[in-house]
Amino acid sequence: MVTRLAIIEVESLSYTYAESTQPSLIDINFKADSGEFIVISGPSGCGKTTFCRTINGLIPNSYGGKFSGRVVVDGLVTTERPVFELAQRVGLVFQNPENELFCTTVEREVAFGPENLALPREEIIMRVDEALDIVGISHLRDKSPDELSGGEQQKVAIAALLTMKPKVLVLDEPTANLDPMSAKSVLNVLVDLNSVGVTILLVEHRLEMVSHLADRCVIFDSGKIVLDGAPQNVLYSDTAANLGIGVPKAVLVAKALRQRPELERWMPLTPRDLLKLLRGDLR
Amino acid sequence: MISLEGVTYSYMPGINALDHIDLNIGAGELVAIVGENGAGKTTLVKHINGLLKPSEGRVTVCGLDSKAVTVASLARKVGLVFQNPDHQLFAETIEKELSFALVNFGLPPDEIKRRTEWAISEFELSQYAGRSPFMLSGGERKRLALASVLCYGPEVLILDEPTTGQDNRQKVRMASLLHKLNQQGKTVLVVTHDMEFVSDYIPRVVVMSHGRVIADGQSGDVLVRRDILERASLVPPQLAEISWELGLDPPSIRLDDVVARLAKLIGGAKA
Repeated sequence: MVTRLAIIEVESLSYTYAESTQPSLIDINFKADSGEFIVISGPSGCGKTTFCRTINGLIPNSYGGKFSGRVVVDGLVTTERPVFELAQRVGLVFQNPENELFCTTVEREVAFGPENLALPREEIIMRVDEALDIVGISHLRDKSPDELSGGEQQKVAIAALLTMKPKVLVLDEPTANLDPMSAKSVLNVLVDLNSVGVTILLVEHRLEMVSHLADRCVIFDSGKIVLDGAPQNVLYSDTAANLGIGVPKAVLVAKALRQRPELERWMPLTPRDLLKLLRGDLR
Repeated sequence: MISLEGVTYSYMPGINALDHIDLNIGAGELVAIVGENGAGKTTLVKHINGLLKPSEGRVTVCGLDSKAVTVASLARKVGLVFQNPDHQLFAETIEKELSFALVNFGLPPDEIKRRTEWAISEFELSQYAGRSPFMLSGGERKRLALASVLCYGPEVLILDEPTTGQDNRQKVRMASLLHKLNQQGKTVLVVTHDMEFVSDYIPRVVVMSHGRVIADGQSGDVLVRRDILERASLVPPQLAEISWELGLDPPSIRLDDVVARLAKLIGGAKA
């Protein structure tokens, strides 16, 4: 048994945006262990995006508003540290990469972060090469971000964050505007990063695409965490069904067949899982 | 309602973005157009609203030959809703956004008021009345863009990726809205990569690849064809994948169907 250390600790967090009267987050308690892959989902307006912004200190440091409770990332209390320091712990990826890319070449874009940390030239070159390589876009280094597809742009955004050597990546629907093939290849990058120890928080509606990749699923509704656990336990719960989140079809099929007592504890997530267990049953 | 005969179009000489397309869509049909990036989906749609005219062949919409009429006259009949609402929305308030086309078409003020109010209530935007479209969330902006097109009552409605960034509940609502429009006799085309949405809610699907139509038929028949989906780089619907994985023949994209047949299979094995 490997003991994992908490990399993110959120205690009694409540938050209301400056221009709003309704709180967007209400008494959130959450912990992520180092190296976990966590999928976050829930209906639109449930607080997912707001939650993401608290992890790297954007909330409240840049947004203001009414903030109570505590967010601790890698031992740093977000309200007590400047954003540049937090950025070396947590990278945040948004839905629309067009909004975050601004340099003339991919290489300059990716080098921007470490340049601003005033690192030595050799260190910057090493970090850029490594980041481009991990994400699989070394061949695009001299291109302009404008010429790239949405999927490639999203990979540039991820590579740019990796040069900051973050321990945590928070991604807010990074594949929402991508075609399915590009989406898959971005998700593969996340799986690779997770396998080298990066903690992943991924916001996604399409649970059939991501739930089997995750160690844990966290579901928000109306500013609160309503479910938090292994993907199986979350997706097979009544709460998930009643919330109307996109439960994978394999789960719906299995749920319909689970009426039979011998299948009561059966919790497949993918078509392949379905086959494995059915085969056992058919034998 | 929409007919394409031998339509070919090239942006650059030698490369056909559309390559001899024949396609007929009847009044009141609900059709999905799917295919990989660059397959020609957007080029096809731009032929239907008259933004592009075929290099060869003929496009007829509501009885009008697209070459014989102006884009403006087709625009009244064919409404196009873009994938990114920010490419479409521009007005200072939601009301101005909704009434923009109506004012330009010269409708009487009381009719404009009636339609604007209808759209605000139908799309649940009343809490934002008087506010800027850019105060809305992404999903709400998408609904507003659709509402502003529906307001002027086009006979044909084309939606480009209507479900991106929408949660499951909104997808269900989008589907029921499309069916409602359909029942009112509107012809609705949905360009999408969302194969779950197509397989759950859209009866007919046209699959494009390299500027050609490579399949056209009932969703339940087309979306279980592995060869077609692979050629068009499409992700199969989950139920098609479940059907293949479990060896259901013929494969199905209907949940109740898959469950009933599996229950029978298990039952048979136990007996």
